[in-house]
Amino acid sequence: MLTIKNLHAEVEGKQILKGINLEIGKGEMHAIMGPNGSGKSSLASVLAGRENYTVTEGEVWFNGKNLLDMSPEDRAREGVFLAFQYPVEIPGVSNLNFLKTALNEIRTYKGLPALEGREFLKLTKEKQQLVDFNANLMNRSLNEGFSGGEKKRNEIFQLAMLDPQLAILDETDSGLDIDALRIVSNGVNKLRDAEKSFVVITHYQRLLEYIVPDFVHVLYNGRIIKTGTKELALELEERGYDWLKEELHLKESV
Amino acid sequence: MMNSNEIIDDIANKEYEFGFTTDIEMDIAPPGLNEDIIRFISAKKNEPEWLLEWRLKGFAAFKKMQFPKWQHFEMPELDLQALSYYAAPRKKKQLNSLDEVDPELLATFEKLGIPLNEQKALAGVAVDAVFDSVSVATTFKGKLKEMGVIFCSFGEAVQEYPDLVRKYLGTVVPHSDNIFAALNSAVFSDGSFTYIPKGVRCPMELSTYFRINAQNTGQFERTLIVADEGSYVSYLEGCTAPMRDENQLHAAVVELVAMDHAEIKYSTVQNWYPGDKDGKGGIYNFVTKRGICKGNASKISWTQVETGSAITWKYPSVILQGDYSEGEFYSVAVVRNKQIADTGTKIHHIGKGTKSRIISKGISAGRGDNSYRGLVAVGPRADNARNFTQCDSLLIGNQCGSHTFPYIESRNKTAMIEHEATTSKIGEDQIFYLNARGIDTEKAVALIVNGYVKEVLNQLPMEFAVEAQKLLSITLEGSVG
Ligand SMILES: Nc1ncnc2c1ncn2[C@@H]1O[C@H](COP(=O)(O)OP(=O)(O)OP(=O)(O)O)[C@@H](O)[C@H]1O
Ligand SMILES: [Mg+2]
Repeated sequence: MLTIKNLHAEVEGKQILKGINLEIGKGEMHAIMGPNGSGKSSLASVLAGRENYTVTEGEVWFNGKNLLDMSPEDRAREGVFLAFQYPVEIPGVSNLNFLKTALNEIRTYKGLPALEGREFLKLTKEKQQLVDFNANLMNRSLNEGFSGGEKKRNEIFQLAMLDPQLAILDETDSGLDIDALRIVSNGVNKLRDAEKSFVVITHYQRLLEYIVPDFVHVLYNGRIIKTGTKELALELEERGYDWLKEELHLKESV
Repeated sequence: MMNSNEIIDDIANKEYEFGFTTDIEMDIAPPGLNEDIIRFISAKKNEPEWLLEWRLKGFAAFKKMQFPKWQHFEMPELDLQALSYYAAPRKKKQLNSLDEVDPELLATFEKLGIPLNEQKALAGVAVDAVFDSVSVATTFKGKLKEMGVIFCSFGEAVQEYPDLVRKYLGTVVPHSDNIFAALNSAVFSDGSFTYIPKGVRCPMELSTYFRINAQNTGQFERTLIVADEGSYVSYLEGCTAPMRDENQLHAAVVELVAMDHAEIKYSTVQNWYPGDKDGKGGIYNFVTKRGICKGNASKISWTQVETGSAITWKYPSVILQGDYSEGEFYSVAVVRNKQIADTGTKIHHIGKGTKSRIISKGISAGRGDNSYRGLVAVGPRADNARNFTQCDSLLIGNQCGSHTFPYIESRNKTAMIEHEATTSKIGEDQIFYLNARGIDTEKAVALIVNGYVKEVLNQLPMEFAVEAQKLLSITLEGSVG
């Protein structure tokens, strides 16, 4: 579904991604781990189309289409969803109105009729229950004054509403209390199906106990330096990243 | 794929939708400002002697006055002698019904989306259409007359209800109020007159559309609205003009009088030609608007959506004379390209227990410059007066300007005056967040702007709120995300 080939990208003239290769198949759950500043959010931003990143080399294919040629909104309409590490606040725009606009833009793109009134509210209620989202936050301004955890949960609620094919969750688990972590993970598991793929960026093995990944990748200094299964996450939890860095240096000095 | 900056630049190139001219036979006076032209206008309109004298007093005051210097923009050079002070569609005889209106004119108003044809008119909206200096048609006149509501052109009011006009003309904005008001008093050509009798709730929105068409003419309308005891009226004005390279002056005067327990809601959707992206052409919108809450517990509410004009310079104000009277000012002012707005309000609390509320939302894009200027004055008699002011600025891009000049003069210790102000910028990260949810940049900006102006647009009558929202998105199209 998603193929990333030798992806290089820079921001403010600084090379951040230095040759990422990644293949994500339908229905797969991938976890990306790695030290702070290694480029995890940058990879997510490049996939979503943030304009201050410049791709200097490489390709990204999504369902046979060149993702890098598309505007951010078209990527979203094609089915790429990014749950932001730091969701922004937009005062004056109600959460509900925002979601309705987003949903109907995507539906229109796909040639589906817009959802209005009762139908829209029905879907909202259904998804709200699915991911256990606080209904009181629906009529507030988008993320304005939301607590850190509420913002993260709003991202997952949007994910449920917009029903993308590929969801990239950037540290959605950070800032969640223990109960919220379980609820959000349950939500993600309910949304999982044979057609949908996930990329979960996280620092904590704990999340991966709830959401069991098919693959775990370690991103370091702009490259994926190791790929394994859920056991790799356990090993990282125990040993940290240093042994991997050393392995890498050994390899590179050979 | 355009980035936000390109989109911001692109807004500048957006064309003005109403910039067409109408080819029509006109009576136009030769350029020049002097007593003769004033006498000519007065004679053309068959005015009584007292009105001519009032005009001449206005002219005398005007000659003694200078252009002000306190505004937050450079006063453009105005050659008032080069303007023509009278332009009217040539008509053969007095019009008795819409059927006799020149079809070209009707077509013009149709194009503007203002149906003058009563069958097709917006349900519940009576329209007075002013083309250049002259009122061409007033709809629903008969229906209003049954209730005793007078809604007609100013010229007609002078003929039919001279006592009413004489009683109130200049009582809120005197002939010597300021240089543009004095000029207007001297040369005003037409406008609208409204009188709502005691206890009558005007059953429909009253609406005036102003259209400047002729070249090198100034437009100087006068609007006078009197709401007698216990009456209510909601009034809306809209404005458009063709695109011209030269600037055109629009110096109107609006006077509102509310008696005991009366309420006047006055809404403006101003979309005069703003000039091109380099600031060439456009209307100078120098207007004096003031209302007086003469009676106890009366209320005047101004709502304005200002998107057009090269320069918008006006402070719709309220004098709260009656005890427990109430004044409101809701404003959205948008500038882009090289547009300038210096607007706000003045509220004079005179009576006791008077209340006022000011909500101002400025939006600046391109190289536009937006100033809010407001005065809240509380007099010694105004015990327990209250004011709340909220003054917000929204910036789009890095080249625009936004300023606030709030003045407070309180001479009563019991007064409570609250002022809140915010400045925000539509951030690239906000736009990207919305993009990443499938919303394109233009829609994203519209979503943010609509959220921002909601409180003001909610004050407009429903049909016009929808129109104003569309106008805002058109105005900001391609300007931001
Ligand atoms: N706009 C920018 N200008 C300069 N440097 C940037 C910019 N954005 C990101 N970077 C740099 O790129 C590198 C990668 O950042 P990124 O946010 O992708 O890391 P991360 O792996 O997500 O880290 P974390 O685990 O802390 O979230 C960092 O060194 C960061 O400082
Ligand atoms: Mg990150």
